[in-house]
Amino acid sequence: MEHFDLALVDWSRAQFALTALYHWIFVPLTLGLSFIVAFMHTFYYKTRDEKWKVMTKFWMKLFGINFAIGVATGIILEFEFGLNWSNYSWIVGDIFGAPLAIEGILAFFLESTFIAVMFFGWGRVSKKFHMLSSWFVAFGSNLSALWILIANAWMQNPVGTKFNPDTARNEMVNFFDVALSQTAVFKFLHTISQAYIIGALFVISVSAWFLLKNRHLLFAKRSILIAAVFGLIASIFVAFTGDSSAYDVAHKQPMKLAAMEGLYDGEKNADLYALGFLNDRTDNLNFKGIRLPSMLSIMAFRDADAFVPGVNDLVNGNEEQGILSAETRMEKGRIAIQALADYKTAKKDGNTELANSNLKLFEKNYPHFGYGYFKNNEDIVPNVPLTFYSFHIMVALGLFFIAFFACLLYASIKDKLVKNKFVLRISVWSILLGYIATELGWIVAEVGRQPWTIQDLLPVGVSTSHLSVGSVQTTFFMFFALFTVLLIAEIKILMAQIKKGPEEGGSHV
Amino acid sequence: MSYETLQAYWWIIVSLLAALFVFLMFVQGGQTLLKQLSKTDMERSLLVNSIGRKWDLTFTTLVTFGGAFFASFPLFYSTSFGGAYWVWTLILFSFIIQAVSYEYRTKASNFLGRKTYDTFLFINGVLAPVLVGAAVGTFFTGSAFSVDRMNITNIADPVISRWETATHGLEAALNITNLSLGLALLFLSRVLAMLYFINNIDNENIIKRSAKKLKLCSSAFLVFFLLFVGLILTKEGFAVDPDTKLVFMEKFKYLHNLIEMPIVLVLFLIGVVGVLYGIFLGAFKTSPKGIWFAGTGTVLTVLAVLMLAGFNNTAFYPSTFDLQSSLTIENASSSKYTLTAMSWVSLLVPVVIAYIWYAWKSLSKNKVSEADIENDSMKY
Ligand code: HDD
Ligand code: HEM
Ligand code: HEM
Repeated sequence: MEHFDLALVDWSRAQFALTALYHWIFVPLTLGLSFIVAFMHTFYYKTRDEKWKVMTKFWMKLFGINFAIGVATGIILEFEFGLNWSNYSWIVGDIFGAPLAIEGILAFFLESTFIAVMFFGWGRVSKKFHMLSSWFVAFGSNLSALWILIANAWMQNPVGTKFNPDTARNEMVNFFDVALSQTAVFKFLHTISQAYIIGALFVISVSAWFLLKNRHLLFAKRSILIAAVFGLIASIFVAFTGDSSAYDVAHKQPMKLAAMEGLYDGEKNADLYALGFLNDRTDNLNFKGIRLPSMLSIMAFRDADAFVPGVNDLVNGNEEQGILSAETRMEKGRIAIQALADYKTAKKDGNTELANSNLKLFEKNYPHFGYGYFKNNEDIVPNVPLTFYSFHIMVALGLFFIAFFACLLYASIKDKLVKNKFVLRISVWSILLGYIATELGWIVAEVGRQPWTIQDLLPVGVSTSHLSVGSVQTTFFMFFALFTVLLIAEIKILMAQIKKGPEEGGSHV
Repeated sequence: MSYETLQAYWWIIVSLLAALFVFLMFVQGGQTLLKQLSKTDMERSLLVNSIGRKWDLTFTTLVTFGGAFFASFPLFYSTSFGGAYWVWTLILFSFIIQAVSYEYRTKASNFLGRKTYDTFLFINGVLAPVLVGAAVGTFFTGSAFSVDRMNITNIADPVISRWETATHGLEAALNITNLSLGLALLFLSRVLAMLYFINNIDNENIIKRSAKKLKLCSSAFLVFFLLFVGLILTKEGFAVDPDTKLVFMEKFKYLHNLIEMPIVLVLFLIGVVGVLYGIFLGAFKTSPKGIWFAGTGTVLTVLAVLMLAGFNNTAFYPSTFDLQSSLTIENASSSKYTLTAMSWVSLLVPVVIAYIWYAWKSLSKNKVSEADIENDSMKY
């Protein structure tokens, strides 16, 4: 492709990454906090204790402030598939559109209807209906995560579909294969459980700040206790589902796994690089740090003797292991593309025989279709250092959170928190670590799958809309400026609201 | 169900979502009236809180409309959004600034100040109906684009749809037909907002001002609406030959559609009468029932207008650049399998509507009043 197109693709990618990363600042907090609000609301419903009401209202307000901006950043993402990825929208819209529509019909309406009841229901609807509304909001938001993650998982592991040469697009052949693929299930479980970590960290961070300021002691302690339990369960679950995700990646996206692990030359009994630096961009031997022997083979294939392919194997091929080189796959891909074109021409000319033989040729080479658009071997390699470091920092933080929640829980139960200024200070800042982990998680998932929009089928470069670079640049900076301003506004409002505290109705809590 | 039936079914669903969206744009209309209908801070607060409890519903309807259109007619989604880039971007931009404004406008340390957020609401209130109207107008007037799906086999330049104007959609707002629809929607959203206020707010002054202002606004709406209807019924339309699938220009196409599909004609007439009766109730009787007649009427009218654009062998998204690139509900739709799967999901829509209705009812049992606002810690 020409130089011009490359700039267009890069700016479109930048715009998508920007808006997605912004959206992702708000979404995990919505997912996590919605459950915490629902818990507290239920406690209030059961006990009719005004203190729970004050707590519920306080967290609900913070939830609302965050929700508004989450919605604002979400709408642009949804339409961006059409705006910036027009080719993509046609080629995979038959599959990808469905979860998006279902999300709107089933999840977003549930969420937005009951959010109104949740906020404005005080004294207007029955206490029971009101409490249930908080639960509907929590389910609604988690349901919306489900459908969009199914869509995302399908891009990583396109199952349940078939290419239709007559319409020149992928078409769905089995809805349940798409919705219940292993990739989708792991992705959903890992993502929502990590969102509960964010929710828990947020509550802990705010409450720890109150303890440091010697305000609302009872309120803060209660909140921390609930959040520590919630967070500990979630973080253990996150480690398990994260491991399952890596197992899934090993099977469906070997190149991504190699990039995550910084593995250049594949091997049996592959070591896991636990902690350290990648020095060289082409060789295993330059890794400096702690290695866990054979652990990578075990993690990826549950077998210490298993061969884990590295970047070089996937680029240059490895006959012994039956891995095709990128070059071979590019050739086969071009054959598939040409056969598709010839099939169409033959069909138009009414030459059935020629059409059929081309169709066969096309179908035989279809698994390599997307490779046909590449020119160089290296085109199929993602950014290894970025993927590697993002992955390792995420995992390290994940392990840290388990220890962190366990300590907090212990301290809460023994009622030692208030005295321990050091732990409280860490607690205040812990939310930032949570955000780092969650954003890095997406960088692993999305940068690691480059250059594919749809794994092996559709390269990013073939997905874009036909726009001028200038247009996309302009909108990029528009969104950048607007979202940044709104983010600042959100943070300032949250801070002010937190400083005010859960005052109203009972400053004695 | 046959493929054709499914395609028609989904055209109706998408049209229905669009119609509900147009009705719910009373929120946008209200946003343009905050200054004009209020004299005191309290009055403004009443207005904002009255529509503020509904804004998310309008927003979600727009989002769901987008998702449903993507799922059922992906070629439209990819051609129109990727091509008419700037119109859609501006529409979305106006919704982004709206989404935060209610929640943030009166909060402490809100960075931009209440005035800015109210201006955001005003911008969204004007831009959304006008630009949505202009964009939908192109269903009748056409746009300059070309589509060739087989281009994906062209490795050097695999572009499926191309927009042929540099303004990428902004040109739509310069066409008189499109513009008249945009302005009609703008005034309609204001009319609906005032009818809604009469129904929802317990404040003499606001009700009186609304009833008074309704008369002028309704006349403006009628002028632009009649202009739009007159223009499309007398213009050439984009017809499809049912056998060859070739697109050609037919004189009075949309008038023919109206006559050849009596159901659509009936929907259209009931809809228009409903809107007029609702306006009458509000403007001359200050009756709270006005919004229900005008709202239902709006939904039926929009539904009928979109059926004119899509049914009876008509290209719903015509290309003026290359007639044969025009999109029809047949060539732009998803596969039969996907439409069937989605149709199963659509069976849940009545449940969704039922709980929205129930929640709306429970929240609106009492009108928005001063006492209500003063006692509420969750107000905007
Ligand atoms: C607080 C956030 C957080 C934490 C502590 C972790 N993760 Fe994670 N991770 C995510 C947040 C996240 C995420 C943002 O939710 C991602 C991005 C895409 C996805 O599916 O989930 C993700 C993706 C992701 C992937 C890539 C999946 C793909 O490419 O499809 C793997 C392999 C892991 N994670 C593994 C782990 C492991 C082994 C962890 C150890 C404890 C871990 N994660 C902790
Ligand atoms: C679950 C829904 C998601 C879908 C369907 C999705 C889809 C996409 C698409 C279409 C692109 C652009 C094409 C490409 O570069 O391959 C992309 C890129 C990207 N997305 Fe996602 N995304 C999702 C969620 C997220 C989230 C929540 C984040 C971040 C928090 C994220 C981070 C990124 C990044 C960083 C890129 C740019 C990668 C690059 O081009 O190097 N994604 N994603
Ligand atoms: C690129 C992919 C994505 C798109 C197109 C998208 C789209 C949207 C849209 C349109 C909204 C506004 C909905 C409303 O009107 O209420 C929204 C909000 C939301 N999205 Fe996303 N989203 C994406 C990624 C994600 C991911 C990956 C998740 C979760 C795992 C998620 C979870 C949510 C939630 C919970 C909300 C509602 C609460 C909030 O906005 O904070 N989204 N999204």
